[in-house]
Amino acid sequence: MSAVIEPGRVEPGHVEQAHGDHHGPAKGLMRWVLTTNHKDIGSMYLWFSFCAFLLGGSMAMVIRAELFQPGLQIVQPEFFNQMTTMHGLIMVFGAVMPAFVGLANWMIPLMIGAPDMALPRMNNFSFWLLPAAFGLLVSTLFMEGGGPNFGWTFYAPLSTTYAPESVTFFIFAIHLMGISSIMGAINVIATILNLRAPGMTLMKMPLFVWTWLITAFLLIAVMPVLAGVVTMMLMDIHFGTSFFSAAGGGDPVLFQHVFWFFGHPEVYIMILPAFGAVSSIIPAFSRKPLFGYTSMVYATAAIAFLSFIVWAHHMFVVGIPLVGELFFMYATMLIAVPTGVKVFNWVSTMWQGSLSFETPMLFAVAFVILFTIGGFSGLMLAIAPADFQYHDTYFVVAHFHYVLVPGAIFGIFASAYYWLPKWTGHMYDETLGKLHFWLSFVGMNMAFFPMHFVGLAGMPRRIPDYNLQFADFNMISSIGAFTFGATQIFFLFIVIKCIRGGKPAPAKPWDGAEGLEWTIPSPAPYHTFQVPPDMNPVHEHRKGPGDEVLP
Amino acid sequence: MMRHPRVWMCTSLWLLIGQAQAAWTVNMQPGATEVSRSVFDLHMTIFWICVVIGVLVFGAMFWSMLIHRRSTGQQPAHFHENTRVEILWTVVPLLILIVMAVPATRTLIHIYDPTESELDVQITGYQWKWHYKYLGQDVEFFSNLATPREQIHNQQAKDEHYLLEVDEPLVLPVGTKVRFLITGADVIHSWWVPALAVKKDAIPGFINESWTRIDAPGIYRGQCTELCGKDHGFMPVVVEAKSKEDFDAWLGTKKAEAAKVKELTAKDWTLEELVARGDKVYHTTCAACHQPEGQGLPPMFPALKGSKIATGPIEAHLSIVFHGKPGTAMAAFGKQLSEVDIAAVVTYERNAWGNAKGDMVTPKDVLALKQSEE
Repeated sequence: MSAVIEPGRVEPGHVEQAHGDHHGPAKGLMRWVLTTNHKDIGSMYLWFSFCAFLLGGSMAMVIRAELFQPGLQIVQPEFFNQMTTMHGLIMVFGAVMPAFVGLANWMIPLMIGAPDMALPRMNNFSFWLLPAAFGLLVSTLFMEGGGPNFGWTFYAPLSTTYAPESVTFFIFAIHLMGISSIMGAINVIATILNLRAPGMTLMKMPLFVWTWLITAFLLIAVMPVLAGVVTMMLMDIHFGTSFFSAAGGGDPVLFQHVFWFFGHPEVYIMILPAFGAVSSIIPAFSRKPLFGYTSMVYATAAIAFLSFIVWAHHMFVVGIPLVGELFFMYATMLIAVPTGVKVFNWVSTMWQGSLSFETPMLFAVAFVILFTIGGFSGLMLAIAPADFQYHDTYFVVAHFHYVLVPGAIFGIFASAYYWLPKWTGHMYDETLGKLHFWLSFVGMNMAFFPMHFVGLAGMPRRIPDYNLQFADFNMISSIGAFTFGATQIFFLFIVIKCIRGGKPAPAKPWDGAEGLEWTIPSPAPYHTFQVPPDMNPVHEHRKGPGDEVLP
Repeated sequence: MMRHPRVWMCTSLWLLIGQAQAAWTVNMQPGATEVSRSVFDLHMTIFWICVVIGVLVFGAMFWSMLIHRRSTGQQPAHFHENTRVEILWTVVPLLILIVMAVPATRTLIHIYDPTESELDVQITGYQWKWHYKYLGQDVEFFSNLATPREQIHNQQAKDEHYLLEVDEPLVLPVGTKVRFLITGADVIHSWWVPALAVKKDAIPGFINESWTRIDAPGIYRGQCTELCGKDHGFMPVVVEAKSKEDFDAWLGTKKAEAAKVKELTAKDWTLEELVARGDKVYHTTCAACHQPEGQGLPPMFPALKGSKIATGPIEAHLSIVFHGKPGTAMAAFGKQLSEVDIAAVVTYERNAWGNAKGDMVTPKDVLALKQSEE
C-alpha cells in the first residue's frame, strides 16, 4: 500500500519540493491511520474496495459452484442464502461505492485545481468507518445462526421476525456505512462548490466532477432513508413496534416502499460516476472533444431526478392499484430518454475521431455497449405486464449484472487504467491490461448472458437448486463466472507490477487527454495545487462547451 | 440474434461433458391463457424494438471503431455539438416509448379486469408450501414438494419434473374465470405460474387479487418467486387444468375425502397406528426445519430428538405444535393440520429417534383442545 505514493519520487525542481520536508507524508502505519491527504485516503478507499471486490467475488464463486449442477452439492440452502445476501451487500456497499469515493478523492481535487478535499479530517473519519462497518458485517457469518440470509434487499418480515440473531449487527453495519457515505458526499459537495480554481466555472468542470456532484446529492437524499428503514427494523425486532407487521397494525409492503425509495437512487449512485469517467476516457482515445457536454450535464440531472419517482417498479407484483402501476411504468420508461442521450453522445464522440484502443478505451467501449444491453433489458422490465413474467427471475439477475459489472465495474477498471500512470508514475503493462480486458469481457458475458435465457424460461432468482431444464445454461454461467473471478486476481498483479516499476509515465501519458490532472507531474506529488492553477494556459488543454478547440 | 454462436458453444461443451439434458429454452413461452399470450406478444414487440435500436446504435459504433481508427491515419474531426441532432434524438426515443406504452397499457388494463369470477381460490404461502382453499366449497389442502430428498442430495437420478412436482396440485377447470385471493401466513412469498402469466406476492396480513382463465387441460408448473427463507427453492406451484366435468368430479371426491377425515377423528387409534401416520406427516410438514432425524438446525430450528418439549409434559408438547411459538419460525399447526395429523405427529415425535415416551395424543384430545378454544 505504501508504495502507491512515494514522497521521495517528487520530481526535483518542482514547486512542491520546497515544502516537501514539512508537508510530506508521515512514516509508518500512522501515516495511513491519521492521514488527511486526499491522495492517501483515495488510495485507501481503492484498496479497501478491491479487497471487498475479491471477498464479494469469492462469495459469488460459492454461489456459482453450487449452481454448477442441479442438486445440492457444496453448500446447504441456509448458507447459500447467506452467500447471496453477503455477495450483494459487499459488492454494493463495499466494492462499488467505496471505489467511486476513492476515485473522487483522488481525482476531484486534481480536476478542479483544489489543494485537497474541503473537509480533510472528516474525510479520514469517513474512510475509517468502513473497515469497522465491514468487520461487523462479515463477523456475522461466524455467529451462531449465521449471517444475514434474507437477500441484500432484506424484505421484512423475513429480515425481522424470521431473521437470525445476527441481524442487529447487520443493522449497525448499515448505519456505519450510511454515516460514512453521507460524510463522503458532504465532502464532495463542499469541495466542488468551494475549492474550484479561479476560472473553473461549473460548466467547465469535467463530467466526472459533475456526475459526482449529482451523485453526492443523491447520497445525502437517500442514505438517511436507508438508515430510517433499518432503524424501523431494529425497533420491530427489539422494541416491540410493528412497522412491518400486519398483526400489530403495520405493513410489510411499507418496508419495500421505504427501501426502494433509497434503492432506486442507489443504483444511479453506482453508475453516474462511471458515466462521468467514461465521458473523459472516450474523448481522450477518440482525440476529439466530448460531444454534447451541456446535454450530458442535463441528462445526468434528469436521470437523478427521475430516480426518485420510479421506486415502485421494483414492486409491480406486490399488488399496486392500476393507476400506480401505470404511473411507475411511464416514469420508468422515461429514464430511457436521458440515458439514450448519453449513449448517443458517446457514440457521436467516437464518430469521425482518431480512435486507438488502449486498455482504458477497451473498457470504456465495452461499458457503452454492455451497459446499453443492460439498459434494453431495463426497458423491458419497465413494462409492467411483461414484468409480471420477468420479476424475481434470472432475467432480473442478468439485467442488473449487465448494468453493474460492465457498467460500474468496467467503469472503475477503465478509470483505474486511465489514471494509474498519474497515481504511480509508471505505465501499466499494456499487453497484460488488454489480456485482463478480454478475459473479463468473455468471462462476464459468458456468466451473465445465459441468465437472460434461464430467466425467461422460468428460473427464479435466489434458489440453490433448479430443474434440469436450466442445467446447461447454468453450467456455462458458472464457467464464465469462474473465468471472470480468476481474471481479477490477475488485475491485482497488473496493478502491483505497475506500482513497483515500469516505463516512467510523463505528466500527460495520453495524447488526447484533457484536464488539469495532466498538468501536474506523474506520479502526482503529495501536495498539488497549493497555489490555484492559472486557468489561462489550461484553456488550451480543456475543451468546454463554447470554447473553440485549438487544433 | 445471439443464438447461433451460443448454440455452437453450448454444443461443444455438451459433447465435452457427455451428458444429455433438457432443451435449450431461450425465450418466454406464450402460455395457456389470453393474458399470457398478450404478455408474450408485448415482450416480443419490445424485444424487437430494442434489437432494431441496438443494431443502429452499435452499428454506428462498430463502423466508427473499424473506420475511424488512428492506425488508418484518420484525422479527428472537431465537432462537439449539434442542437438539431440532439433535439432529434431526445424526441424520437420519446415517440418510440409512446409506441411501447400503448400496448403495455392495454394489456395492463385487461389484467386488472374486475368482472366477477366463477370460482374463487384462496392461496396462502407458508414456509415452504402452498395452501389452497376453494372458497364456499369446503375443500382445502396443502401442496408440498414431492421430489424425494435422495434426488436433491444426488443419491438418486433426477426425474423430468425435479423440484417442480407436488403431492397435491391445484386443480382448476378450463374455460372458467378463476379468481385467486393470495396471502401469506409467515413471510412474503410470491405465487407464479409462467404459463398463466400470474405472479402475485403473498403478503402476511394482506390479500392480493389476481385471476386466470385457462384455455386447455394440462399441467402447468411454476415456483415461489420471493425469497422466503431456507427452502425458498423447494416450494413449487403445480396447476392441473381439467375439463369442467372432470373438475366437478374431482371436487366431489375431495368433499367426500374431507368427510372421511372427520370420521377418522372419532376412531380409536392405537399408538402404532398414530406413529405410522405421524411418520408421514412429520416428513412432509416438519422435517424441512427439524430435519428427518429430529436433530434440527440449531439455533434457528431446535432439535426434537431428546428435547425438553418432546420428552416433557404431553400437554405442553401438543400446545406448541397447535399454537406455534410467536416470534419464531414455528407456525401454529392447529390451523394447518387435521386433528388426526396433529395427534399423529405429536405422538410420533414422542416415540421416534430414541424419544421413547410411550405415551400418545389421540385425535379426540386434539378436537377437545380445538373446541375449548372456540
